[in-house]
Amino acid sequence: MKSLAELQAIRDKARAAVNIRENAEAETRVLVGMATCGIAAGARPVLNAFVEEVNKRGLRDTMVTQTGCIGICQYEPVVEIITPGKEKVTYVKMTAEKAVRVVNDHLVNGNVVTEYTIGANAIGAK
Amino acid sequence: MFRSNVLVCGGTGCTSSNSEQIIEKLNEEIKAQGLDKEVNVIRTGCFGLCALGPIMVVYPEGAFYSRVTPEDVPEIVSEHLLKGRIVTRLLYQETVVDENTTKSLNETTFYAKQMRIALRNCGVINPEVIDEYIAQDGYAALGKVLTEMTPQQVIDTMLASGLRGRGGAGFPTGLKWKFAAANQADQKYACCNADEGDPGAFMDRSVLEGDPHSVLEAMAIAGYAIGASQGYIYIRAEYPIAVKRLQIAIDQAREYGLLGKNIFDSGFDFDIDIRLGAGAFVCGEETALMTSIEGKRGEPRVRPPFPALKGLFGKPTVLNNVETYANIPQIILKGADWFKSIGTEKSPGTKVFALGGKITNTGLVEVPMGTTLREVVEDIGGGVPGGHTFKAAQTGGPSGGCIPASLIDTPIDYDNLIAIGSMMGSGGLIVMDETTCMVDIAKFFLEFTVDESCGKCTPCRVGTKRLLEILDKITSGKGTLEDIDKLEELCYYIKENSLCGLGQTAPNPVLSTLKYFRDEYVAHVTEHRCPAGACKALTNFHIEAEKCKGCTLCARNCPVGAISGKVKEPHVIDTSKCIKCGVCMEKCKFQAVVKK
Repeated sequence: MKSLAELQAIRDKARAAVNIRENAEAETRVLVGMATCGIAAGARPVLNAFVEEVNKRGLRDTMVTQTGCIGICQYEPVVEIITPGKEKVTYVKMTAEKAVRVVNDHLVNGNVVTEYTIGANAIGAK
Repeated sequence: MFRSNVLVCGGTGCTSSNSEQIIEKLNEEIKAQGLDKEVNVIRTGCFGLCALGPIMVVYPEGAFYSRVTPEDVPEIVSEHLLKGRIVTRLLYQETVVDENTTKSLNETTFYAKQMRIALRNCGVINPEVIDEYIAQDGYAALGKVLTEMTPQQVIDTMLASGLRGRGGAGFPTGLKWKFAAANQADQKYACCNADEGDPGAFMDRSVLEGDPHSVLEAMAIAGYAIGASQGYIYIRAEYPIAVKRLQIAIDQAREYGLLGKNIFDSGFDFDIDIRLGAGAFVCGEETALMTSIEGKRGEPRVRPPFPALKGLFGKPTVLNNVETYANIPQIILKGADWFKSIGTEKSPGTKVFALGGKITNTGLVEVPMGTTLREVVEDIGGGVPGGHTFKAAQTGGPSGGCIPASLIDTPIDYDNLIAIGSMMGSGGLIVMDETTCMVDIAKFFLEFTVDESCGKCTPCRVGTKRLLEILDKITSGKGTLEDIDKLEELCYYIKENSLCGLGQTAPNPVLSTLKYFRDEYVAHVTEHRCPAGACKALTNFHIEAEKCKGCTLCARNCPVGAISGKVKEPHVIDTSKCIKCGVCMEKCKFQAVVKK
C-alpha cells in the first residue's frame, strides 16, 4: 500500500459487495415476482439484470428484491417499483433488456417507461 | 454481482450450535438450485444475540432468522432465496409485525438501545476478507495518520477523546501513549492484551473473531504514535477461531502492505506477531503478560518501572486491550469531539458487555457509557426468565463485585461502579436471581482466584486460600459470626499487600457481597440456613403431606431411592439418603416438594 488513492480504489471496488447489507431500509424497492409462474416465464435473468444495472449505476438507495405471485400470471415476469410518496409502478412481461432500460429511464431519470407498464399491456388497452 | 447475501454467524457461540454445518448445507443447496452465481454465503462474527443462535441474516431484505438448524436450510433456500418468500416461522419473533411486515432489527428492544463502535463490523463483514473491512473505511484511519498527522497529533487526539482502557482499570489511553512516546529507545513495542480470562466474558474474543483488522489497524496507529516498529498480540490458545482469523488478517494486511515496511510510503515500518498464552488468568496482568511473551514463566513484577518506560524486553511498551484498540480507528476518522459526545463526561464512548447468567437474551451488547443497569438488564437483556426476580448483577468478574437490585438505576461508567464497590472490569455482566446465594457466588470466584493465583506473593497465594476456607465453612453451616469479621479483615489485608492486580482485587467479590448481602452471611452462620436455597449442606427437601397426591412421580425419579410412600398416600423423603439433587421438586406437579 503506497498511497491513499490506492486504498480508496480497493474500497470503491469492495463497496459493491457490501452495499447490499445496508440497504434493507432503502427508499426505493424493486420487487421481482419470483413465484413458480414468474420463474417459468424468465424472471431470474430479469432479477439479475436489475441487480447488475442498479449496481453499475451506483444507486445506493435502491433495493432489488424478490416477491411472490401477484396474481397476474399471464403477464409474468412482473416487476413492481415502489417509491415512497409515489404511485406504485407495475411493469409486465419483462426481459433483461427491458430491465436495463427501466433502471436508466425510471430509477435514474425518474421517467416511467409507460410502454412496459401493465396499463399499456392490459387486455383492451390497445 | 450477487443479488443476495446470506450472513451466517461464525462466532464461537453459534459455531458450537452447528453454524458450520448450516453454511455447508447452504452452499450445497444453493448450488443444487443453481443459485451459486447469485447468492453469496458469508461467515461473519458475532451478532450479539447469542441466546437465539445460530443466527442467519439474509440481505437485501434484512430477514433475521434465529435458531436455524441444518434441517431448515433447504426450506430457506427454496422459499426465500429462490422464490422470495421469507420463512416467517424462523424469523426472530420480535421483528415480525404481522403476516406481511417485519420491522428492522435496529427497532427491536435488543438492538434499539445499543450503539456499536467497537462491534460495528461484527456480524456485518466477512472477517476473513480484508476487502470487506476496507469497504467499511478500514485502514483509512491508518492512512490518515501516516499521511496527514504527526505522532504528537495522534496522541493529542487520543488525549482529547478521553478514551479509557477497556480492559478494566480505565486508565486514559492517550496518557499511556504519551508516556511511552516520551521515552527514548532504539526499540519500542505496541502490544495488544487479548488474554481475556474472566469467567463469562467474551467481548474481546468476539471483536477478534468478527473484526480482527480493526485491532491490527489500531496497533499500527499506536506504533506510529509512540515510535514502535513491532507489535505483539497476546491471545489465549483457548480461542482457536480468533487466533485463526487474526493470523489470516495479519497475512492479508502484510500482502497489501498495510503491515511491513514503508506503509503508505511514509517511511513507517510496523509488523505484528501473535503470541499464544496457555490460559493463565494472571497473564492478563500487564507485567505478567510481557514476561510471558519474553518466554518466561508468566508472573507479575513490581511496578514501577511501568511498561511505558521498561516493558517488553526492557523497552518502552504500550499495552492496550482489544476493545480499546477497536475504538481507535473510529476516533481518528470521526474525531475526538465525536467520541466525547458519546457516553458520560468522565467515561466517554461505549462499552461492550457480555450478558450472562439468569437473563433472557444472553449475548453481547454495546451501550453508551451512562446507560443504567436497568436498561441493560430489563430492556436489552429482556429481563430475568422463568418468573424469577432480579437480585444482583456481577460485573468485573473475579476482580469485581455485585450490584444489588436497589442500585439497578445506577448509570454504568468507570467511576460509578467503583463508587458502589464493584468495577467495570473487562465487561462480563452476570445476572443473578433470588435462587442465587451470594455467599456461594463469592465462593465461586474465590475458587477461581485460588486456582489462578500465580503464587509469587504470599498475601495472594495464602490469603485467598484462607478466604476460600472460611467461605467453605460458612456455606457448610459451620461458620461463626467471628468468621465473618475475620473474613472481612483478611480481605483488606490481601487488597493492601498483594503484588499485582489479581491479588489486589481478588477479595472484591467477598467485600461487595458482604456490603450488600451481609444478612445472607449471617443467616448461614446463626440460623444455619441458606436464604436462596442454593447451599446444599444447609438445604433439606421435604414433602408437604397435605399437597402430596401420592402420584409416585417423585419416588420413581429419585436417583437414590430416598422417597417412599404408597400410591395415593403422601410420600416422605429420607433425608439421610437424599443427595439434594432437586429432581423431585422439578418433577412434582403439585408443588408439594419444598426446600427448607
